[in-house]
Amino acid sequence: MDALALLLSRLQFAFTISFHIIFPAFTIGLAAWLTVLEALHLVTGRPAYRVVFDFWLRIFGVAFALGVVSGIVMAFQFGTNWSVLAKMSGPIQGPLLSYETFTAFALEATFFGVLMFGRSRVPPWFYLFSTAMVALGTTLSAFWILANNSWMQVPVGYVLENGAFVATDWFKIIFNSVLWVRFPHMLLASYLTGAFCVAATGAWYLLRRIYPAEARIMLGMGLGLAAVLIPVQLFFGHLNGRYVGEYQPSKMAAIEARWHDEQPASEVLIGWPDVENRRNLYAITLPPPFGSLIDSDSLTAAEVGLESIPPENWPPVLIPFFSFRIMVGCGVLMLVLAWLGSYLMLKRRLEQNRLLLWAIFLSFPLPFIAILTGWYTAEVGRQPWVVYGVLRTADAVTPFLTARSAAASLVMFCVVYTLIFAFGTFYIYRLLRAGPGGYVVAPTPPATPSRPMSLADRDAAGSQVGTGAQP
Amino acid sequence: MITFWVALLAIGILLYVLLDGFDLGVGMLFGLTRSESERHAMVSAVAPVWDGNETWLVVTAVILWGAFPAAYSILLSAFYLPLLVMLAGLILRGVAFEYRYKTTRMRWLWNWSFVGGSFVASFIQGLTVGALVEGLPIANGQYAGGEFGWLSPFAALCGLGLCLGYALLGACWLVMKCEGELRERAYRLVPYLAVGLLVFLVVVFAYALAQDLRVLERWLQRPYLFIFPVIGALCVGVLAFSVRYRRDELPFPMVVLIFVAAFCTLAISFWPYIIPFVLTIEQAAAPESSLAFMFWGEGLFVFPLLLLYTAISYSVFRGKVAAGASHY
Repeated sequence: MDALALLLSRLQFAFTISFHIIFPAFTIGLAAWLTVLEALHLVTGRPAYRVVFDFWLRIFGVAFALGVVSGIVMAFQFGTNWSVLAKMSGPIQGPLLSYETFTAFALEATFFGVLMFGRSRVPPWFYLFSTAMVALGTTLSAFWILANNSWMQVPVGYVLENGAFVATDWFKIIFNSVLWVRFPHMLLASYLTGAFCVAATGAWYLLRRIYPAEARIMLGMGLGLAAVLIPVQLFFGHLNGRYVGEYQPSKMAAIEARWHDEQPASEVLIGWPDVENRRNLYAITLPPPFGSLIDSDSLTAAEVGLESIPPENWPPVLIPFFSFRIMVGCGVLMLVLAWLGSYLMLKRRLEQNRLLLWAIFLSFPLPFIAILTGWYTAEVGRQPWVVYGVLRTADAVTPFLTARSAAASLVMFCVVYTLIFAFGTFYIYRLLRAGPGGYVVAPTPPATPSRPMSLADRDAAGSQVGTGAQP
Repeated sequence: MITFWVALLAIGILLYVLLDGFDLGVGMLFGLTRSESERHAMVSAVAPVWDGNETWLVVTAVILWGAFPAAYSILLSAFYLPLLVMLAGLILRGVAFEYRYKTTRMRWLWNWSFVGGSFVASFIQGLTVGALVEGLPIANGQYAGGEFGWLSPFAALCGLGLCLGYALLGACWLVMKCEGELRERAYRLVPYLAVGLLVFLVVVFAYALAQDLRVLERWLQRPYLFIFPVIGALCVGVLAFSVRYRRDELPFPMVVLIFVAAFCTLAISFWPYIIPFVLTIEQAAAPESSLAFMFWGEGLFVFPLLLLYTAISYSVFRGKVAAGASHY
């Protein structure tokens, strides 16, 4: 085994999966929201819903394409770079990921085609059904990915036989408590990502004083959803902490930069973990029992310190410590923005408060940062294990992989992803900047810029193209 | 259980080759025209279905992993560089579907990525099949050929051959889906591509004779295999007829049959090996608990649904591509 090839393989996996997660995180939430919009349009017949739907569908299209192409890479990388893992855990991870492809990937791909190109070819109910199927597909996809990853975090229901993990209890693998707190956590994170992107876009239009009707729908629905979901998300985040404490003491100790066993434990809010001397510099610490309270819901519980764990089983301390704090920080900021924004919106004072509108507009990176840092906490915190406690990452890499090959592929992915990401975000930015009216390349442009009239015309034209079954 | 999953794997690969084959082929032919309206018609002929087509590649990969982890582990690590380059090709052509309509100034870039990505992906798929026919160097259940052990003149020849084959599928798809000048041009391309493919097959056969490949031995042991070249020859006849008399619906199914015949020839000559002459299907299979878990859910219930989705998608988008139709 080549140590450099191992490092490059880890970097490549981290890079490709970080790139990938940005897009599903965005499209899972967006797909669910599009379903709601399409249903609202069918029920109320209000044209603005259709306009907002068509507008976000275009953005969805670009993000979805990026998610699909970067997702295909993931199905191959387990075999190319991690062939020992692929062979050993294939009997468990293979079936889980094959369920993902069968139940989710195929569903999304088919109905995505209908969504993008089929509006005029199918009846309205089928179009709504297709939207819902895309949303269902993205959700199922998240479920199976989390099932797979949760097994790597907390392996259950297997025996080791002839150098392979053989499943003995699939029920345990799919219905264990770890998966069922991590899956909602990820799903809520995706909904929040969609909500914040939509709200930020609405705020942007209000700041620029364009598309007020559409902007209010975006801002209201986005902020309202976020205001309700963030507290739920914080609760699930706490439950995630409980499973880490219970099953992954080394990750918990690294997240908390806790060096010695403590009972009851104190809580390091922020500081600089000094790994060499096993202490924290510049630390701001809450006294006991805050650590026990946060990690174990108890005033007296004992918490494990890194020193009771052999150093060869330590994860890198700095990354989980800081990434966890960045994630929580983003969550708290989003909570403040969502509650304040919703409150002012209810009081009808939000549109005068340009400072807050700016803050909401500029907040769109927060959910992405929170998702990435959350995953870094989970994945780096699991190290040095690839399957926690049973298979080390260093033993899982393809044994004959050369550093030269690994470097070549890493450089290739960096170049290709940078290219498509740069253009993709630029195209999304341009679509967003132009707004709901900007993309219409109508054969006969509306005679006047008076928007409500032209919108009504367009909607009427849309109904004629359909089967006429529209209410 | 093992037989069931081998069958599904074979169906998955065949569907992938046929479906993504024509859209990769259209991607390569895209480079032959400069007219934007023709290019637009070509992209429109595959845009609604390409994503679903590519799903079958992932379906194949995950069936291989779940049901035959040993084969997945050996094959993917052996073809490290070519597979990752193929993925880069698929990425570049995939984003081109969306990106080329988001710009006019930079459209040339996405046109190139569409053509180049399609070509690279097709070439590498042919190359891997060629390398498998020749036999991969394997020692102690692990690939032992080094970084470029898969590279050989024969493998490269197979890469080119598959490009020709996919381009032929693509041309026949355009004949079926398009109208006017583009359909005419596609018709004119078919004979060249078909003859090219035929020449390729003859050369491969001659090479196999000259090199005394193990596959050849099996062809002689299993003479019933020659039924497939006969089917292929019949299809070529019908293809020539349909091109001569401009029967739009016929060429595509004929080329599909030619591909099916070629696929069956290969599959049966490899049987019972999953990696030719090294690893059998039995040896590579996952434990019973995994195969059964997959069978009672995705195998029995979801797989028919996959076929249904594919059918729905092709029936929604059946018929000729309307001129000027665009949802971008």
